[in-house]
Amino acid sequence: MRNTHATELLFDLSQPGRRAAQFPTSDVPDRPLGDMIPDAFRRASHDHSLPELTESDVIRHFLNLSTLNMSVDTHFYPLGSCTMKYNPKRHERMARLPGMVDLHPYQRICDQQGMLRLLHDMQEMLAEIAGLPAVSLQPAAGAQGELAALLVASAWFRSRGETRTRVIFPSSAHGTNPASAAIAGFECVQLENTSDGLVDLDELETQLDDQTAVFMITNPNTLGLFETQIESIAARVHEVGGLVYIDGANMNAIMGVTRPGDFGGDMMHFNVHKTFTGPHGAGGPGAGPIAVRSELAEFLPGPVVTRITDDDGQPHFELETPSRSIGRVRSFFGNVGILLRGYCYLRTLGREGVREAARHAVLNANYLKALLADLLPAPFGQHCMHEFVGSASNLKDDRGITAMDVAKRLLDFGFHAPTIYFPLVVPEAMMIEPTETESKATLDAFAATLHEIAEEDLEFLHQAPHAAPVSRPNDVQAARQPILLWSPDDDTAEDV
Amino acid sequence: MDPATLKFSKSHEWLHLDGNIATVGITDFAVEALTDLVFVELPEVGRTLDAGEIFGEVESVKAVSDLYAPVAGEVTEVNTGLPDDLDALGEDPFGRGWMIRVNVSDASAADALLDETAYREHCQSAGH
Amino acid sequence: MAYLFNTPDDIRSMLEAIGAESIEELFEQVPDHLQVEGLLDLPVGFSEPELEMHLRKLAAANCGGSSRVCLMGGGVYDHFIPAAVDEVASRGEFYTAYTPYQAEASQGSLQAFFEFQTLVCQLTGMEVSNASLYEGGTAVSEAVFMAMRVTKRYNRVVVLGSLHPEYQEVLETYLGNLSCQLDVIATPDGAADVNIVADTLDEETSCLVIQHPNVFGALEELEPLCQAAHDVGALAIVSFDPLSLGLLKTPAECGADIAVAEGQSLGIPAQYGGPFLGILACRQAHVRQMPGRLIGQTVDRNGQRCFVLNLQAREQHIRREKATSNICTNQGLLAIRATVYLSLLGRQGLVDVAELCCRKSHYAAERLGELPGFELMFSRPFFKEFTLRVQGDATEVINRAAEAGFDLGPALGRFPRLRESLGEAADQTLLVAVTEQRTREEIDRLVESLAATSEDSATPQTLTKPA
Repeated sequence: MRNTHATELLFDLSQPGRRAAQFPTSDVPDRPLGDMIPDAFRRASHDHSLPELTESDVIRHFLNLSTLNMSVDTHFYPLGSCTMKYNPKRHERMARLPGMVDLHPYQRICDQQGMLRLLHDMQEMLAEIAGLPAVSLQPAAGAQGELAALLVASAWFRSRGETRTRVIFPSSAHGTNPASAAIAGFECVQLENTSDGLVDLDELETQLDDQTAVFMITNPNTLGLFETQIESIAARVHEVGGLVYIDGANMNAIMGVTRPGDFGGDMMHFNVHKTFTGPHGAGGPGAGPIAVRSELAEFLPGPVVTRITDDDGQPHFELETPSRSIGRVRSFFGNVGILLRGYCYLRTLGREGVREAARHAVLNANYLKALLADLLPAPFGQHCMHEFVGSASNLKDDRGITAMDVAKRLLDFGFHAPTIYFPLVVPEAMMIEPTETESKATLDAFAATLHEIAEEDLEFLHQAPHAAPVSRPNDVQAARQPILLWSPDDDTAEDV
Repeated sequence: MDPATLKFSKSHEWLHLDGNIATVGITDFAVEALTDLVFVELPEVGRTLDAGEIFGEVESVKAVSDLYAPVAGEVTEVNTGLPDDLDALGEDPFGRGWMIRVNVSDASAADALLDETAYREHCQSAGH
Repeated sequence: MAYLFNTPDDIRSMLEAIGAESIEELFEQVPDHLQVEGLLDLPVGFSEPELEMHLRKLAAANCGGSSRVCLMGGGVYDHFIPAAVDEVASRGEFYTAYTPYQAEASQGSLQAFFEFQTLVCQLTGMEVSNASLYEGGTAVSEAVFMAMRVTKRYNRVVVLGSLHPEYQEVLETYLGNLSCQLDVIATPDGAADVNIVADTLDEETSCLVIQHPNVFGALEELEPLCQAAHDVGALAIVSFDPLSLGLLKTPAECGADIAVAEGQSLGIPAQYGGPFLGILACRQAHVRQMPGRLIGQTVDRNGQRCFVLNLQAREQHIRREKATSNICTNQGLLAIRATVYLSLLGRQGLVDVAELCCRKSHYAAERLGELPGFELMFSRPFFKEFTLRVQGDATEVINRAAEAGFDLGPALGRFPRLRESLGEAADQTLLVAVTEQRTREEIDRLVESLAATSEDSATPQTLTKPA
């Protein structure tokens, strides 16, 4: 029943003379355009400009395209490290409320008090969950949160007359950690060992010195394990005068249970689009607020929201740039639409729900890990946190089935694949994060499917997926001769 | 080119010396480890390289690897056809797949590099 | 409990399968003394009706475009958003999907982003576009970093003072720890003097950053400015307004090497400044230095056309500290909105919107400029936004307009970075933007109410809390 006509490229669907959007005719006195904007500035032709379509062409095109996606709304999506939890529909309605959706960022402060109150309370809630008192909501995503925090760190060192040059992180770190450190002007030092899947304290010791600026660590880490020695790690970094950055990508396992500020973190970011269920939007937007210790607060990117009690005892809210701020990391306040959804989520969960969500995320992950212990054993740790990294090594050795084969075949059964081949320390890695918003029945069905796949014909698996819209794209060809846009005379792209 | 006549670096470059002119490429082992190569970036003629300096990079879909000059010298020639003939690296890494020619400052520096036997041992011990 | 789906029976049998007595046991890896005792100090959870009541109350405490007529600018504009944009963006298949790493499960997103890249190229005349950055400000910073890599000049960046002050600030933050000099050329006439710019650029300069139309709404002499950059071997980075390209020459025609934009005008609501859409397009020769995701077309094992994330070796998950940017999460859903918007607009719609903005803003400028005590700050040509100079404090005028039901601004005095260009007039200036949404009747009413209140401006105004 697929409508393959409607999913042709927009440009192939275009027909001269068609149009969707109609605007009223001008109601102001007519003047020649050239009187307003001299010819030298104006374009002479629109020959290669935009396709021409009707509204129904457009709707049919995009709705048919949407059916070629897997999504949390339609499928179990156990993508490790991504926290693909359910995105509550009430958030979408709240984000579209008039007064919220149409609020201009340069409105007068007295006209934004509702929004500022919301953002202020969001700052407070995040500070409480982090165990770190000062929050900036500005960063647009986790990676920008990392960059902002590293710039805060270096401003803080500078204020103490120090120039520290090195940022250290374990090899299992997300690629954004070193990439952010490089932009912030630091030299990157990577720890290679992960005995028992955790940071090797001895190796860390050899790298720490008076040039250590920041140690970046994801906790729970990308293997789904809590760094049990985190306090000693933090203490050692602090002894040499460095700061500890907690990459909060995996906060879903620990929110309400333990706090980065309590286990030695000086700075952290949240991924609102993961932990607090701002939808992932096919790649974004996210929001990456950061929380820091009080002595770092004056360096935060701004503006931040402050609460002021008036003479009559009523609160009002102001925007303020911290006194020694590193400056803005983006225009306007932040990815407010996503922060608002995160706010709605936290207000719905409340103090009990926050902790319960983490507990159930961990329960679900451990249950799935138990169901798959024979097939995809996890090499490290007895229990996991919100995710685990199983290895398809046995399947590969016994039958020649790779993690890639399993991942691709899962799609045929209506399950999104786990993250594969990351982290590198586990061979044939399959990183599975079910989240708390899945039922036991779904987890049972997923595990049963994996067992079924393990028995299937090898050649058949190598060719998987069989039911997906496409199968094993040739990404070598894509990279060798990149085609990055449609062109009218392109004949290499004929559908077969 | 016969690998037996070549010198090798531990970072998987090979070198063939003809007087003061060294021809440099990467080994079959490196090409295989990187899997399907999609891009190679080479330096411009005239650039002076120190021994161990990065002179370019090779890229596969999911990995990228720097190329290191095995000896010091000035780049005199670049295999400009290579970026459009990446299969040469897989099919003929020691011939058509050559990358740069360098006028070496000190030809004796090549003596410190590995011979083929030592290089093959190095690859085995690297655990691949 | 909201969003938890295991029954007590489920929990019992799950723990049994795990071989644990309790959920607490699973948390044994977290040392006891590090665990929060009791509950965090957070509010008690809301049911859905309570949440909605609460949010409606907060929304009512804001005064947005739905309650007043919006003529605000400064990088965020009140353009019409066709219903079909919301319809597509509300599809769960799009907005609850992840980054399309798994191509077979993401052809919908991948194709939409490929179309987005194509539309941006058609709009700008550039040869290649990425699949989005965070917003207009970081897009400028990313373009500057890209220019430094392309030119291998890491020591100097030159920016016109007419670049949005918040974009200037972001760039300053991004360059904060690097040994790169950032020079800003003041623009006292509302746009740059090409000769001064040419004299300022040198062989060390990696790029010249130009906003066109600029923060004052004015058009820059884009072609000679780009040429001046090229004359010293620097790249020309142009921050453009997407809808202006229904009327104006494209960045490519004018000589831009990297074109960046805030894409908010393309079907994205104001929502207090984000999420928005960073656009970055460039020449094919520089594609490997681009930041962010790129979608490419290829074929699958059956020879069928399909789309994949392409040239990923540029990105942080592969190249790590040598990546072209640290960006991972981007603004995918906003790129989808822009794609739908542009396909609804089409070739003629783009021209219509641009002309309407131009005509109406010129009508408003003419009427406002005739009011006693009001004048246009600059005589430069503009597209849809202009700088108004008033007698006295510009925020007073904004307050008077608000009383009458109109939102103007921002007042330019709030931006310290614009003071050098505006001189002593800084506190007397404000922006007015007029989109295709405004009617002659609204503009006339605004003019009348400002005329009425300026007559009795000797009488102190009753104001709400000062802005």
